[in-house]
Amino acid sequence: MWTWFYKLASPPYVYAAAAALLPWFCTLALVTIGYGLVDGLAFAPPDYQQGDAFRIIYVHAPSAWMSLFAYTTMAVAGAIALIWRIKIGHAVAAATAPIGASFTLLALITGSLWGRPMWGTYWAWDPRLTSELILLFLYVGVMSLRSAFEDPARGDRAAALLAIVGVVNVPIIHYSVVWWNSLHQAATVAKLGKPEMSASMLVPLLSMLLGFMLFFGAVLCMRLQGEVLNRERQARWIREAVK
Amino acid sequence: MNGSFWAMGGYARYVWPCFAAAGIVLAWNVWSARRYQLACRLRARRMLQAGAE
Repeated sequence: MWTWFYKLASPPYVYAAAAALLPWFCTLALVTIGYGLVDGLAFAPPDYQQGDAFRIIYVHAPSAWMSLFAYTTMAVAGAIALIWRIKIGHAVAAATAPIGASFTLLALITGSLWGRPMWGTYWAWDPRLTSELILLFLYVGVMSLRSAFEDPARGDRAAALLAIVGVVNVPIIHYSVVWWNSLHQAATVAKLGKPEMSASMLVPLLSMLLGFMLFFGAVLCMRLQGEVLNRERQARWIREAVK
Repeated sequence: MNGSFWAMGGYARYVWPCFAAAGIVLAWNVWSARRYQLACRLRARRMLQAGAE
């Protein structure tokens, strides 16, 4: 029953799949991000309260979403590796961490630049901002822990454990604007079936979100290929792969 | 592109740095992933050559 699962997770299969998917992810990411940028910057109308500053949403919201998505991916991959002892899970987790950390940093920078004209400050110890900053620390912690051990297998296990424990921060970030009083605005897009944005603003935002996801896929494919090569360099199939 | 587009309704100094930061982060991701991929490939190739000799 589980044969397909293990076949899917075999390093040569993953290496080949990453190579095959990479050009698709790159092309589609370019198209969707390009469309989102042009539509969001040039054609979407200014917000009636925030004016043109609202356009920051086209990079802020996708990077914030991706910071959570990448962390969840990393934790799930770590859990799969720990529970089923599937080594490729550790490779996926290791490849995801720097991408997720960079998206988190971008979300914090763009949020801070948005906060200055809207809230009058670059930073506030607000539940949403603070929990997102903790997410960045978690990413840094996971990456540091992985490289802190001489034995890479122990580093992988320790990093996977920290990633799994830290995943509790993901719902805290998402619901922080509901559970506590927050300067940060509540969800405007994630309300299923009834987003509080007009279509002319929403379409470029969804295009940017899709583009960032595809971009994440493209960079993950590149990093994953490196991780697999690094971890499987003794394997026989590597000879063909690096020719 | 007229001046009002670049002025972003007076918010240019907040809007454009955000898009510049996004460009830098996306470019860094591609550059570092590509570099890592090539370094790993080179290391694997060297190990194979060392094993063959």
